[in-house]
Amino acid sequence: MKFTPIEAALLLLFAVHPAVVAQDHPGQYTAGDIDAGSRVYYANCAQCHGATGIGVGGIDLRRGRLPRAATDDALAALVTSGIPGTGMPPFRLTSDEMRGLVAFVRAGLGADPNAPPVKIGNAPRGRSVFEGRGRCLECHRIGLEGSRSGPDLTDIGAVRTPAAIHRSLVDPTGGMRPINRPVRAVRRDGSTITGRRLNEDSYTVQIVTAEGRLVSLVKEELRDWTVSPTSPMPSYKDTLSADDLADLVAYLVSLRDGAL
Amino acid sequence: MRAVTALGCLLACTIALAGQPSGDRLRNAAAEPHNWLTYSGTYAGHRYSTLGQIDPGNVKNLEMKWMLQNQVFGPWESSPLVVDGIMYLTQRPNDVLAIDAKTGRIFWVYKHPVAPDFKVCCGANNRGLAMLGDTLFMGTLDARLVAIDARTGRLLWNLKVAEYAHGYSVSLAPLVVKDKVIIGVGGGEYGIRGFIAAYEPATGKEIWRFNTVPAPGEPGSETWSGDAWKSGGGSIWVTGSYDPALNLTYWGTGNPGPDFNPAQRPGDNLYTNSVVALDPDTGALKWHFQFTPADRYDWDATQVPVLVDTTWRGAPAKLLMLANRNGFFYVLDRVSGKFLLGKPFVKQNWASGLDEHGRPIQTPQPPGATTWPGQQGGTNWYSPSYSPRTGLFYVSAWENMGGVYRSQESVYKPGGNFMGGGYRTTPAVPDAPVPPNIRRPTMNNWTDAAGHGAVIAIDPATGDRKWTFRMYDLTDSGILTTASDLLFTGGRDGYFQALDARTGELLWKSSFGSVQMLSGPITYEVEGRQYVATIGGNVLAAYALRDEDTRRR
Repeated sequence: MKFTPIEAALLLLFAVHPAVVAQDHPGQYTAGDIDAGSRVYYANCAQCHGATGIGVGGIDLRRGRLPRAATDDALAALVTSGIPGTGMPPFRLTSDEMRGLVAFVRAGLGADPNAPPVKIGNAPRGRSVFEGRGRCLECHRIGLEGSRSGPDLTDIGAVRTPAAIHRSLVDPTGGMRPINRPVRAVRRDGSTITGRRLNEDSYTVQIVTAEGRLVSLVKEELRDWTVSPTSPMPSYKDTLSADDLADLVAYLVSLRDGAL
Repeated sequence: MRAVTALGCLLACTIALAGQPSGDRLRNAAAEPHNWLTYSGTYAGHRYSTLGQIDPGNVKNLEMKWMLQNQVFGPWESSPLVVDGIMYLTQRPNDVLAIDAKTGRIFWVYKHPVAPDFKVCCGANNRGLAMLGDTLFMGTLDARLVAIDARTGRLLWNLKVAEYAHGYSVSLAPLVVKDKVIIGVGGGEYGIRGFIAAYEPATGKEIWRFNTVPAPGEPGSETWSGDAWKSGGGSIWVTGSYDPALNLTYWGTGNPGPDFNPAQRPGDNLYTNSVVALDPDTGALKWHFQFTPADRYDWDATQVPVLVDTTWRGAPAKLLMLANRNGFFYVLDRVSGKFLLGKPFVKQNWASGLDEHGRPIQTPQPPGATTWPGQQGGTNWYSPSYSPRTGLFYVSAWENMGGVYRSQESVYKPGGNFMGGGYRTTPAVPDAPVPPNIRRPTMNNWTDAAGHGAVIAIDPATGDRKWTFRMYDLTDSGILTTASDLLFTGGRDGYFQALDARTGELLWKSSFGSVQMLSGPITYEVEGRQYVATIGGNVLAAYALRDEDTRRR
């Protein structure tokens, strides 16, 4: 039987889909496994990957976006074999230990013990708040829709916890990641440029302007350079109801850009 | 040109007379600054050179003369040796390269066949070589010591140091003292019992061994309880120093095991997190000083002990200086081990101070609260530098970076991780990214708000900062100073920088890309030209002045 490329892709999607969906739901792993996995993790993995799973640059175990370990079996195989040529050594774990470790990793390394409980509402309703009354697309972007002046939220559910998303909605300055802080630079000729910080080192900084233009600045060439700790985003604490906020959180948490 | 030729001839004559490095040459390494004969350049651990062709006036004209693109990926922590125009260094996992120090071209490569199931906590790291006569010495990830013919790259001997399957490894550059090759073992995260040992250069026969964790009945065993000493840690993973006049060799020791749970090893846990002064002929312990007793933070005292002869409170003194991972800078009398000064050089809240003997008055933070410094410490294994000209001690520091530690019971299994808990770096705002410990990605999405790197110049007389060169990202780079009062260092921003060693002013920089620079820079001279070499990412690069700048001199 021959398939067109699109048919083949669809078949592949459906073949993989159940596993993907299952892994998207931490509830499939028992609390006991996750707890046992935490002990395996802290004894073997945390040394490099850190307690929050981001100790190895470029790898974030919490997000589940592990290109070499799309499935639980692949994750277990990777842990068993290690990754030759990298710092990832092979680990010999019992099947119980491995089941726990996989559960712990897939559950986002357990819950953040400091995170307050967050109510998660209805994602489709949250979407209509996001695109309607919230006017969120005036600054943010999801996929191909919206503005580029605020952080792109296409995968926000994969990179931030529900608690952090909720905090950003009600206390944008308190929840703002430092890298996203608004910056203002004055060049020697007096021209001013403002934008959102994307990347910075000791000597240079890379920003995106409200118009979506990418600009790289050399700090010593600037007359003035300020980073504001205050987020330009309005708080929705008083303008949206608790239910609206719960729906918004549900929608944002669902945005994962294909991440597991 | 004539002057250059004459100097070249002079060097050639020296080479012909001197042959390969002998014990005498190693002892007098400072007298031949065109070479870099030991891990830190000289036995004193200064990473300081009397070369001065590159100076604050012309450093802006430095250009890259050659680079070596490593095809072995992963953090590259090696610090090269240079002996009479030939550079020797290691690359992952346990390869040795002989390189023309003038062109970067390779003479030979030796590949030690590492057992694939070696156990190291933090990557397949090796920090370099030692050389005596025509022989190079390298420790291996599978806990062996190998001797290699420096002219052919052929193996001379290969001996087992310890059981790698039980978590032992050798990652440091050996130190040759007189007629002995001295090494120590890594494995502080695997419940090893650490030791320093000396071997016969010709045969590899073990001559002595000093256990960094005493057995019951031995001095220091009163600081342990039960069987905890058997998995007590005390790893050795950075090269020590040596004072020929006192005939003492000084080594910093690693954390106790398990790392984060002192409840499993009640007591001070000697000689972990200490500096030990040993007789290099016998391995006998002359004195010890412990920086962090009963450690719960993984604060190895693995920093290079820096030996300085100067005046102290008006009288000539033989000092040992060490900026410790625990965030304090220390000055000790290296004859007796007596504590002279200790002062925090970064933010810390784990001790309310040091008592008159230098013992910390510990103030453990409540569960869930942040401790400063964090698990990687105020500094770590990165080579510091001391300039006898400025009298300043220079250290790569991690400032304002804290972490939350947690303890839990760990069961010791030979070769298994033995951590006793864990830690997490405290983010600038909840859930924000924090700097990665191991490998820096290409973009900085954590910012300096979570802590930043710096070069700090410390006045040893007071422990106070003379100046601070603040970086945006962290730094794992070593520091080199020279007789022209230049300071060279890298950083995670991926720049190789030259600072004025007196003021900290930036004089020159070169971009390596956004990579970790994990090497201690070195300097050497070939045919009248001074080079500065360092490693960033997978690149080893050597810089020197332009031809016209060299000729003018």
